[in-house]
Amino acid sequence: MAENGVGASVRRKEDHRFLTGKGSYTDDLNVVGQTHAYFVRSPHAHATINNINTSAALAADGVVAVLTGDDLAADGIGPLICGVSVTSDDGEPHRAPVHSALAQGKVNYVGDHVAVVIAETLTEAKDAAEKVEVDYGILPAVTDTATAADDGQEQIHEVAPNNQCFNWPFGDKAAVDAAFESAHKVSSLDLVNNRMVTNPMEPRAAVGEYNSGTEEITLHLTTQNPHVHRLVMSAFNQLAPEHKLRVVGPDVGGGFGVKIFVYSEELVVGWACRKVNRPVKWTSDRTEAFLADAHGRDHVAHAEMAMDENGTFVAMRVNTTANLGAYLSTFATMVPSYLYAFLLAGQYSTPLIYSEVKAVFTNTAPVDAARGAGRPEATFLLERLVDVCAEDMGLDPAEIRRRNFIPVDAFPYQTPVVQCYDSGDYNAALDKALALADYEGFAGRAEEAKSRGKYRGIGISSYVEACGIAPSAAVGQLGAGVGLWESAQVRFNPTGNVQVFTGTHSHGQGHETTFAQLVTEQLGVPIENIEVIHGDTSKTQFGMGTYGSRSLAVGGVAIAKACEKLIEKGKKIAAHALEAAVGDIEFSDGNFTVAGTDKTMNIAEVAFNAYVPHSYPEGLEPGFDENAFFDPMNFSFPAGTHICEVEVDPDTGVVEIVKYSAVDDFGKLINPMIVEGQVHGGIVHGVGQALLEGCQYDSDGQLITASYMDYAMPRADNVPSFDVDYAPTNPPHNPLGVKGCGEAGAIGAPPAVINAISNALGIKHIDMPATPENVWRAAQTATS
Amino acid sequence: MYNFSYQKVSSVADAVDAIKKADDGKFVAGGQTMLPTMKHRLASPSDVIDLGGIDELKGISVDGDTVTIGAMTTHAEVAASSDVQGTIPALANLAGNIGDPAVRNRGTIGGSIANNDPAADYPAAVIGLGATIKTNKREISGDEFFTGMFETALEDDEVITAVLFPKAEASAYMKFENPASRYAIVGVFVAKSGDIVKVGVTGATACAHRGLRLEKALNGNFAAEAVDEVEIPVEKMNSDIHASAEYRAHLVKVMTKRAVEACS
Amino acid sequence: MQTVSMNVNGEPKSGEVEDRTLLVEFLREQLRLTGTHVGCDTSQCGACVVHVNGVSVKSCTMLAVQADGGDVTTIEGLANNGELHPMQQAFKDNHGLQCGFCTPGMVMSAIDIVNRNGSDVDEATVRKELEGNICRCTGYHNIVKAVHAGAKNMGG
Repeated sequence: MAENGVGASVRRKEDHRFLTGKGSYTDDLNVVGQTHAYFVRSPHAHATINNINTSAALAADGVVAVLTGDDLAADGIGPLICGVSVTSDDGEPHRAPVHSALAQGKVNYVGDHVAVVIAETLTEAKDAAEKVEVDYGILPAVTDTATAADDGQEQIHEVAPNNQCFNWPFGDKAAVDAAFESAHKVSSLDLVNNRMVTNPMEPRAAVGEYNSGTEEITLHLTTQNPHVHRLVMSAFNQLAPEHKLRVVGPDVGGGFGVKIFVYSEELVVGWACRKVNRPVKWTSDRTEAFLADAHGRDHVAHAEMAMDENGTFVAMRVNTTANLGAYLSTFATMVPSYLYAFLLAGQYSTPLIYSEVKAVFTNTAPVDAARGAGRPEATFLLERLVDVCAEDMGLDPAEIRRRNFIPVDAFPYQTPVVQCYDSGDYNAALDKALALADYEGFAGRAEEAKSRGKYRGIGISSYVEACGIAPSAAVGQLGAGVGLWESAQVRFNPTGNVQVFTGTHSHGQGHETTFAQLVTEQLGVPIENIEVIHGDTSKTQFGMGTYGSRSLAVGGVAIAKACEKLIEKGKKIAAHALEAAVGDIEFSDGNFTVAGTDKTMNIAEVAFNAYVPHSYPEGLEPGFDENAFFDPMNFSFPAGTHICEVEVDPDTGVVEIVKYSAVDDFGKLINPMIVEGQVHGGIVHGVGQALLEGCQYDSDGQLITASYMDYAMPRADNVPSFDVDYAPTNPPHNPLGVKGCGEAGAIGAPPAVINAISNALGIKHIDMPATPENVWRAAQTATS
Repeated sequence: MYNFSYQKVSSVADAVDAIKKADDGKFVAGGQTMLPTMKHRLASPSDVIDLGGIDELKGISVDGDTVTIGAMTTHAEVAASSDVQGTIPALANLAGNIGDPAVRNRGTIGGSIANNDPAADYPAAVIGLGATIKTNKREISGDEFFTGMFETALEDDEVITAVLFPKAEASAYMKFENPASRYAIVGVFVAKSGDIVKVGVTGATACAHRGLRLEKALNGNFAAEAVDEVEIPVEKMNSDIHASAEYRAHLVKVMTKRAVEACS
Repeated sequence: MQTVSMNVNGEPKSGEVEDRTLLVEFLREQLRLTGTHVGCDTSQCGACVVHVNGVSVKSCTMLAVQADGGDVTTIEGLANNGELHPMQQAFKDNHGLQCGFCTPGMVMSAIDIVNRNGSDVDEATVRKELEGNICRCTGYHNIVKAVHAGAKNMGG
């Protein structure tokens, strides 16, 4: 292993600037001549716009412009799009209402964008926004997921009768129904997957600049995928041709999915900076983030499992209603369909699965991917159902899982729901987790807790996820509008240092360190001489960005492939310089050596020769700079078992997590310190969903949980420290042997926590978030 | 935030003078509730008169069985005060659990009491200990000070100068926090001196109040189980997404029991 | 408008501000000290924590005029001649940060915790006293570790 190479917990290269206040986040940027944008938002969940009078606002101090949807349409700026198609059961594509970045004639959720005020200062923009007079015709609101498609509900979009976006069945219904008919036992469960607000700590922001000389727009954005933003804004919104639009995602303060999407505000800023021919800056405040960031989850489901007399799963049937909000966000349709139903097999060899997903529109903020995206919803449903199955069969939750796990010798394993898992050893992770959690000793601990008046419970969650998102062919078949490969460029400079350009984007994941480790391992260049560059469409080649735990599993491989090309080229250069045959050159630890001799040349010298090719192989291009793209054959399938132990105070309903053990299979770890940090963060995101975070609208469509005063974010005193370990297997499809780790905790944790609470109280189920009041109510009937 | 005229004054007399001259003036103490409210444009005073420069409003002293806390004394100062810790430890403990450390470094007892947020902590102690609120005009008993949600007996040009807390033989404050805001969903301050038990309840209803039924039960039998039989009127309880009225009524009893246990 | 003067990171600074200008706005917009962040509008997230006269405050919940004449320390003022403050170093050594957005406030609060509780502060106290700082990335595990390590280094 190279020093600071693969497997080393290298301290992060990016930390120094963050720790000294020298990060450069979008809102830190101020441009000469800058104006400020503030959005007039709908206070109503559902209303026609009869008239907008902007004259008083236009006359207010410092106002540069007040723009509405009509202005946007007049300039030919296209509506926001959803990039993934889902075919409904009537054979038609999903219903896609027009989503103008500024409302045209109607608003459909509280926070919807009515107009934008651009002024010299932010306070002037805010003051003037209050002077925009909007005449609304208020309509009844639809907010409830379960009943949104019922007959008699107010219709939100003409193109979507019954507020239905799609109804998407998958699987062999007849075969599944038959298996249920003849089953020994059927367990069933109704559950809700609570709506969450993603809440990266940095709110969204945009700074747009227009250069009238070059006719180029530069848009600094809080983005997880600068090239995807550029592509969509060019190809679909007609903001500017791709080569005249530069998107820069500088330091970004967390994403978790919410900064993937193309939003109204960012598009409007890009358009407005050209229209007023002044730089325009917009920064969301937290209230706006609650109102208008895409939310996550929000499912209502009914799940059933058919079993034989041994508790073997013979068939599963799932009926789900997913709330997509008022409009389709960029990848909204994909989340409750392909990223959800195709994960319903979990770690089990259930041979038959039938799923029906109904996606509905409501007068709430759009819903899209949020850390895990579909996979947490699938895992929560399945892992809760498995615990109910165990109870119904009188089996220990660990035992029923063992009986149904896909055996280690069955890989590659074709599930009945499209996915073909490439690798895994689910028993290994379970066994290790049981040991780590001291599962055997639980009964004693529960006894002791009881003597103190507390109910103690333990919960297991064995998850599998599909990530490393790609492959292009697979997502294309499924209806995605883009390919999902990744790109890299590894460039030596003549002085021997290295710049690595990646199409992924780091917003907390530590790519600047992990990717540098890959390069130092492969090329032997000291890590301090390697710089990883990302997030600027004018610097880096096209790339697809960061989400779905894909950066290392896809983007990392592209980097490795570019390094391989450099080594191949370097061998030719070294062979020439060392007067040997190319076939005799060996490369290791940064040195090209003639096999069996001490004739050697460092890669930095080779790079110099490539740029100063005075004596150089004939016909070989100068330069030491290689590109590579990687499009994997399959998703990667991280998996693991998480075990949560809780203590419930029956008098108050307060749940304390007393112990949490996680054993994950991420394949090979490049930087164990960073991976462990990702696990911790994911777990707490999942604990937040399970115990604290529940986004609520009232029946008028007002967001009740619109600030941290009412939306409970997990804080340091809500959680313990964690016990984390690994049970890796090698994914044969991935050249680096890696699987991805960014979402695992958020997927594994919610069912582990709820299984533990259900166990503590001896109840079948409790919905998330398991707030103190709900737990207290459940405890009144508890059998513990 | 709407604009306003800011004035820093160095005496209570100047403060009163300034507020009389203002169209719609407001005193600001620590500003930990007022500034967020103004940032959301939910309040728009013409003048903000900062009491932070008035030295006579600061400081803690003990005189016999009375702890006097100047109105502009911060929560952090009360929490860290050896005088308060030595005389009424429950009060120091209460102050040390208001908000978070940074809020405690700015927020003041006078500001908290004058604001009378239904979920604030201090009102429970004022009522439970039977404190006296001293203003530039008069002294007001704790029981008479809190008149309704965000309402107090203070007049527009009246400034709290200090709060006088009588020592109790034993006292304790138990708070059940809102998981989001960390304000009190229910907070109960129990104080016992001789045979007299006083209970101050915050968070549960529109305004902090004395728990007279609880006091009655505890006066005869200062034990947690004495609370079991008390009926808490559910219809008077606040109800929101974090806690229904029924749950709050239950929590009043649980927090009272825990406070009683902590007293002994 | 008012003129405010204060010592910021040991240097005298002054500027013209509106009465309604928040301390964080003065620091970020006028002094260009953009290490102090704004993550919420209800005084809860703690991304804006700085020290005023030696103690932690939320600079989004204090007017610039209220800091007039005071001593303000921001994240930019902690390192000494390029050497990280022991708490900054501990956050780096213990991977106590990911996206870096909450980090400045977290570090300022961490130092305040150690100043008040000493270098042998226990885990429960650290977790309780980080109540006013929200992090979405780290799950707090490594932040708590970092605060302990930083506390030891500060005490040493």
